[in-house]
Amino acid sequence: MGEIATPYTAGKTPGRESADALRARIPGWGADLNPADRPSFPREQPGIQTGAHWDFPERQPEGSPRERSIEHAMLTPVFGTSAPLKGPSGAIRKFAYARYSEGRAAHWLLLIAADRVDAWEHHLRSFATPRPDNPVTETGVLGEFRRHGIGSRFGRNRVDVNHQWMDPVLVVGPWVAAGLGAAAAVRALARRTSGKAAGRTTAAVRK
Amino acid sequence: MVYRGPYKIRVEEKDIPKIEHPNDAIVRVSTGAICGSDLHLYHGMMPDTRVGTTFGHEFVGVVHEVGPSVQNLAVGDRVMVPFNVYCGSCWFCSRGLFSNCHNVNPNATAVGGIYGYSHTCGGYDGGQAEFVRVPFADVGPSKIPDWMDEEDAVLLTDALPTGYFGAQLGDIAEGDTVVVFGAGPVGLFAAKSSWLMGAGRVIVIDHLEYRLEKARTFAHAETYNFGEYDDIVVHLKRATDFLGADVVIDAVGAEADGNFLQHVTGTKLKLQGGSPVALNWAIDSVRKGGTVSVVGAYGPLFSAVKFGDAVNKGLTLRMNQCPVKRQWPRLFEHIRNGYLKPSDIVTHRIPLEHIAEGYHLFSAKLDGCIKPLIVSTPA
Repeated sequence: MGEIATPYTAGKTPGRESADALRARIPGWGADLNPADRPSFPREQPGIQTGAHWDFPERQPEGSPRERSIEHAMLTPVFGTSAPLKGPSGAIRKFAYARYSEGRAAHWLLLIAADRVDAWEHHLRSFATPRPDNPVTETGVLGEFRRHGIGSRFGRNRVDVNHQWMDPVLVVGPWVAAGLGAAAAVRALARRTSGKAAGRTTAAVRK
Repeated sequence: MVYRGPYKIRVEEKDIPKIEHPNDAIVRVSTGAICGSDLHLYHGMMPDTRVGTTFGHEFVGVVHEVGPSVQNLAVGDRVMVPFNVYCGSCWFCSRGLFSNCHNVNPNATAVGGIYGYSHTCGGYDGGQAEFVRVPFADVGPSKIPDWMDEEDAVLLTDALPTGYFGAQLGDIAEGDTVVVFGAGPVGLFAAKSSWLMGAGRVIVIDHLEYRLEKARTFAHAETYNFGEYDDIVVHLKRATDFLGADVVIDAVGAEADGNFLQHVTGTKLKLQGGSPVALNWAIDSVRKGGTVSVVGAYGPLFSAVKFGDAVNKGLTLRMNQCPVKRQWPRLFEHIRNGYLKPSDIVTHRIPLEHIAEGYHLFSAKLDGCIKPLIVSTPA
């Protein structure tokens, strides 16, 4: 039987390299050895200088009503204004914020659902603009050709290759489904219209 | 750039942001970066990521306009801006917990404000743009020292401080064995920083060989490709004489590979706050009584973490978003002393108008990409 491994006895296997050897090999080795030299030690530093020259910040004008977590006592004095609530996705988000705390899965799942609705609202709206969404340019997928897509992936023992095939399905799948749905709807409408026209012709003949 | 839905972004003209609060500044961005955590937004994993928002929490630039109460900055100053939006005066900021500010994010109490990181993080537009609104200009941004390279400065706004902070959370003692999961920018900086704190051995784990090569050359680390082992935890036990590492740092976060089911449920189906593979490996490969430091980003939804093992092993779990500005004075010294050269990890410089390709390149790990910067187009 060989030597007994470390955890079964009190001693610890000595390090492979001495401090001097590490200091010689690695620039700055041990420069922050003393915890007092580490800027986040201790974690909390009451009275730390921050540059703030207020006890409580002046309030940013609210403009339109701003959604907030119900775990907050009030609207924070400063907030982002990048994309106010709007449309059906906005209604879902408003409900998620008003009804559920951050501790509830429903809060986050509704927000993720709203994100998907939001994307489709914007995709559909874009078709009525001079710049409709273009999944080819917006996904940057043409970089596959310019950035060695095949050579970067295969023969390199990358474990993510086993699921990367899902990404195009996730991106293109909904577009294909929407396209097929739209085609089916147009076909159904056309059938209904021609059926009505045929019905009118038959009725005219009967007269 | 603006977000158009999962995996889709494009460049659009937006109005130049306005001063919305007396202590705001407007910064004209000169260099930005795509962070690994931006990919969580890009992949549609972060709740309340709204179409039309601009990403980007790593950026430097020039002050274009200041609000009436700004005292420390003037138009024309070159500034670096921490990724944290914070007030400097709330209960948390006044104790140094800048990333946990309570005055800047109405959408959530569990996370502070972050530029360009969804409404869950406050709804602020980010710096992958020509202009960006910077709240609390007297608190967050600092002038870039004359001696500092712009590319080093942009990496000081998140990636380097977060890696350095991750090593600090490990409470590394002299001679400790430190394992870092993830050889992306944060993992590389965490590995490099572990030496500064006196580690005796630093091991980096990833499955991308070109990143492991960088970990060997840039961070002087011993490396293992987990794709080559049936069970990386057992391998790490063997490599540490069956004791386990003293400290393990999770620098991967929500999109960890290594377990198909965890990855797909976490990142593709969004049924978890993220794939906790790296975190579970960290819990299993650290020694009993050891410390796990988490600086990888996870979403707010639950994840299937092996908490029982953490309890039974008596682990210390330490984590937070990095309070960036607290790290700067010491990191400035390390850069001046030549101990750190952050821009050595930059692999790509992409013009803003090609940012969609930049995201795809970084997301799919093409072309040896480790850290892509976004460079402004000359006006």
